[in-house]
Amino acid sequence: MHIADNPIPSEGCITVSTARWKAERTALLARDGKLGLRISPEDRIEDFADDLQHFQLIGLEFPTFTDGRLFSVASILRWRHQYLGEIRALGGFIRDQIFFLSRVGVNSFEFGESYDLEEALSAFDDFSVKYQSAWDKG
Amino acid sequence: MYRYNEIDQTLVDERVAQFRDQTRRFLAGKLTEDQFRPLRLMNGLYLQTHAPMLRIAIPYGLLSSRQLRMLAHVSRVYDKGYAHFTTRQNIQLNWPKLERVPDILADLAKVQMHAIQTSGNCIRNVTSDPLAGIAPDELEDPRPYCEIIRQWSTLHPEFAFLPRKFKIAVSGAANDRAATQVHDIGLYLVKSERGEIGFEVLVGGGLGRTPVIGQVIRPFLEKRHLLSYLEAILRIYNLLGRRDNKYKARIKITVRETGLDNFRDLVENEWLKIRDTMVVDPVRFETMRQYFALPDYDTAAAPDPNLKQLKDQNPAFATWLKYNTAEHKIPGYRAVYLSLKAPDSPPGDVTTSQLDAIADLADQYSFGQVRSTHRQNLVLADVKQAELLELWRQLILWKLATPNIGTLTDIICCPGLDFCSLANAGSIGIAAEINTTFNDLDYIHDLGDIKINMSGCMNGCAHQSVGHIGILGVDKKGAEWYQFTLGGSSDNYAAIGERLGPAVAKDQVVETLRGILDVFTELRFEGELFLETVKRTGLQPFKERVYANN
Repeated sequence: MHIADNPIPSEGCITVSTARWKAERTALLARDGKLGLRISPEDRIEDFADDLQHFQLIGLEFPTFTDGRLFSVASILRWRHQYLGEIRALGGFIRDQIFFLSRVGVNSFEFGESYDLEEALSAFDDFSVKYQSAWDKG
Repeated sequence: MYRYNEIDQTLVDERVAQFRDQTRRFLAGKLTEDQFRPLRLMNGLYLQTHAPMLRIAIPYGLLSSRQLRMLAHVSRVYDKGYAHFTTRQNIQLNWPKLERVPDILADLAKVQMHAIQTSGNCIRNVTSDPLAGIAPDELEDPRPYCEIIRQWSTLHPEFAFLPRKFKIAVSGAANDRAATQVHDIGLYLVKSERGEIGFEVLVGGGLGRTPVIGQVIRPFLEKRHLLSYLEAILRIYNLLGRRDNKYKARIKITVRETGLDNFRDLVENEWLKIRDTMVVDPVRFETMRQYFALPDYDTAAAPDPNLKQLKDQNPAFATWLKYNTAEHKIPGYRAVYLSLKAPDSPPGDVTTSQLDAIADLADQYSFGQVRSTHRQNLVLADVKQAELLELWRQLILWKLATPNIGTLTDIICCPGLDFCSLANAGSIGIAAEINTTFNDLDYIHDLGDIKINMSGCMNGCAHQSVGHIGILGVDKKGAEWYQFTLGGSSDNYAAIGERLGPAVAKDQVVETLRGILDVFTELRFEGELFLETVKRTGLQPFKERVYANN
């Protein structure tokens, strides 16, 4: 469950924004259930880099699909911080970005609006070859 | 030149399939216009005033005769029989149909060509020196590095949605012929004090609305760190570049707002973290160099002893030789410029029959290769001196021998209002008018090296801000007006031109130019070049003449 302003349930898997993580850190660590952090392009990785071990999931919230900052954020999480948990694309990304997103380390996808599952799945096969080494180890 | 292996070919074929599917989904209403726009732009496709425009990549301006014939074929079959060379050494079709674009791309893929990243907010076609590999003033051939950069930047997963477009140029010669300093990243091959060859790295140059000359971010970068350093710059730019205002989104603004020193610190910091994971293997450099090895020159070729006599007998040939050929590092050879600035055709345009003819001439005289230049001309780089006369005669038949390279009528010109939906004013018509008015070759040759760059809008596709004479079309209450700048340059001493004064009306452009040239011929010292005179006198005498009646 993605928690916005609503109260934090005492158990179950949830994600919170960086603001709530900052404000309610102790309470969030005390509860049962998996914890995820949702980050937007405006967030600075350095602000939560030391906390990564607490999160089973990092959600990348795309305000719009043309905002490419989160591609670099995903790369930095995987390469520099060796983050091994789930990285999920959320919101405004589109099907045609799935291949690139998967290459920079995103490994789950949650569309903001309705989508065609078949078409989305086929996006992983857009290319069978690539020039750069990336998280997906090409 | 570089030849595709199986991986390169598969990638390009799969890109065609991907774009075919994207086009299908767009036409079926499954992709909105807003979603399709960046996807098609990343494949060089604009939806324009009259028809879509497709920009095809020519990596660092190098083409084989086979590729030229394919360009002729696609221009003939899918377009109106002509194409247009651009300042990024690419080529554009102005009339393709959206539905046919996937077929065009499939045809191009057969000859190892594509339209990947020729537009959009991503890393664009890497450009270089049209005389690369043969220029006597060259330290090292930049093209192997260009190809390595091309591969690294192609479909780079992290940098497909940058704040704005991103352009890289590499130059390996003492004289910069690639406008390196006005690129987002400019790379000069340089020799260190210890004698090692590496790169001087410039960052934050760029034209458009706010023209800026690039600054040195690293005076010497070892070759093996080329890609990690580029990756570090791109990553910092991707994270930091402004996305709230597209006119402030280029890296030149990021560098200005962050400060060069701060920006350098951020880049170097990032680079230290990644550089050991991205070292380029010396074997890869060596393999790549072999693709660009010198062709099999005729060792018996020597400076033609008859050349002087031929020149004396044929002054027109002598003139062409002086203006349209360049020195070659191998004795007995010269590089030949094919002028795409014939008086009666739009600058940079070629017809399909010209393209076919150029392919034949390349096969016959220049090892089957052609280069495009950022000034929108072509080069046959390896012509035996003894065959120059014969080649010249053939070029005349194809209207490719106008002896005007580097002169007043060798105008860089964008497609302008006639074709482009961004333009505020026409440019091709003005170029034609300049050609009709200044049609005395002796006068033009006497003026010497003058570079006119003319764009139909602020986006500055024709680099007007670094033209010795820059002409910028602007819209004033629905009418086309033209703003002049003087003193710009994109060579080693790159400079942004200074505004002459208020814009002039369309019917005053040629008169204004005449005024500027008159002042120059009156004030120039013997042998002085236009740029030198402007530098010495400043703009005042030019202003006084042009605006005398106001």
